[in-house]
Amino acid sequence: MTVVFGIFLLTLLVITAVAVVRTRNLFVAVMLLGIFSLLIAANFLLLDAADVALTEAAVGAGISTVLFLGALALTSETEHAATPHRWLSLIVVVSATLVVLYATFDKPTFGDPEAPIQQHVAPWYLEKTPEYIDVPNVVTAVLASFRGYDTLGEVFVVFTAGIGVLFLFSAPHGHAARRRPGARDGSSIGLRDDLIPRVVGRLLVPFILLFGLYVQFHGDYGPGGGFQAGALVAAAFILYALVEGEDRTLQALPFNALLALMVSGALLYGLVGVASIFLGGNFLDYSVLSEDPVAGQHLGILLIEAGVGLTVTGVLLSIFHAFAARDRF
Amino acid sequence: MELLGLFHYWVFAVLLMIGFYAVVAKVNLVKKLIGLSLFQAAVFLLYITMGKVSGGTAPIFQAGMTDALFSNPLPQVLILTAIVVGISTTALGLGIVVRIKEEYGTIEEHEIQEIDRR
Amino acid sequence: MQTVLDIMSWILLTAGGGFVLVGGIGALRMPNLYTRMHAASVTDTMGAVLVLSGIMLQAGLSLATIKIAAILLFLLFTSPTSSYALASAAMLAGIKPDAGRAADCEDAS
Repeated sequence: MTVVFGIFLLTLLVITAVAVVRTRNLFVAVMLLGIFSLLIAANFLLLDAADVALTEAAVGAGISTVLFLGALALTSETEHAATPHRWLSLIVVVSATLVVLYATFDKPTFGDPEAPIQQHVAPWYLEKTPEYIDVPNVVTAVLASFRGYDTLGEVFVVFTAGIGVLFLFSAPHGHAARRRPGARDGSSIGLRDDLIPRVVGRLLVPFILLFGLYVQFHGDYGPGGGFQAGALVAAAFILYALVEGEDRTLQALPFNALLALMVSGALLYGLVGVASIFLGGNFLDYSVLSEDPVAGQHLGILLIEAGVGLTVTGVLLSIFHAFAARDRF
Repeated sequence: MELLGLFHYWVFAVLLMIGFYAVVAKVNLVKKLIGLSLFQAAVFLLYITMGKVSGGTAPIFQAGMTDALFSNPLPQVLILTAIVVGISTTALGLGIVVRIKEEYGTIEEHEIQEIDRR
Repeated sequence: MQTVLDIMSWILLTAGGGFVLVGGIGALRMPNLYTRMHAASVTDTMGAVLVLSGIMLQAGLSLATIKIAAILLFLLFTSPTSSYALASAAMLAGIKPDAGRAADCEDAS
């Protein structure tokens, strides 16, 4: 039965992808991309990837849609029909598809426990996690501790993207030539005139924040962790900004606080690594952070997940404010 | 039964090429970025599909459970990182597109090349 | 007891699926944006309530049931609000809630 459901979801994915590429209205394309992200998150759940499904739903269906809509508000909403060299591209794409389809016949059987990917490293992680780290969620254990160096790189990639967008939008633009909005000229801000979204939105924001905190600290015991929590907290503030207007959101969480969040998260991660050097271990070796190595691992994972959550929140909110505050020319 | 397993990989191939077509053939820059997102999503699907073990469950130890078959946690870790990196590059790309619109007045590729040639 | 619970969940899940099907058919066949939205909102509310209640019966008295109840509560808050926001945006965009072709035919005859 699950197989039938999986095939149904995959077919819907292909149909949605074709619709995204074919439509000329970019607004429709972005909305369909959100639906695509949700469908692929459901698919990930069917394939036993709970953490990945949560991240894809939060980041792909939530934040990505908001960023695309912010960019669409500053550029145009439809695309021109002209697609030069269309037949050449189609021929190239179709032949590449046939090549990849031919390659799929050599792939390991779907779900085979003896496939090469299931040997060597993965059984070692599954076996040694209760012994070295003692955390129920193996994905968090591998992400935060066994492969912590990769996650450090990822945090710095997110940080760099935030800095990049802030640099790009630091050039003053338009007759306003200001980056942070002062008092607007009396036009309606946000959804303030609409009572129902305003009431329900303001009611929901504390619960979203609470859920974000839950996901942050519960990443050890179930699906969750820093990235998902950062996206959820950013989504709460974006909801508030959509309902109440950007000025009041900047009063609630000022721009300097966002910059501080961005920087302190990455700094916290790096400091944990350096602290473990000073305490006698290797870089990012959490076992030396405490008397008992397992407790040290728990402390290390807690600190770096907090760092990840801080940076992701700061970066996503900074990017949102950068897009939202930009004046249309 | 073999065919059902292969269907997952075929969907990956089709999604990959749909995204690739959008990147290569469309002239609108935002459409190209959307195609890039589709391409990345297809790659995520491939990795997670390869990590699945039939009869397995999510790699989370439940209390009081002895021997359970788990799906592979390693591709999930890699794809978690990849999703976040993907959204970062998309955000940066959208920033660049907005700046291009402000400077050139258009985000269609052939018109930008036209303006550059002058 | 277990079979009674199973039968109840079967009834609830099938009824929920029926409402989702009705919502889907309505979203395709209705003549106007507003009527289509009205049909689709059946999926969000009645379909969600019935399907999630069926799943809650299957989960018994456990933490999962409380989580599903919380999800249902938030779904019941947000789905009608998003339908309202969509309809309000459509009004602002200028789409008029005329009655569509079906009512025109009735008025003429």
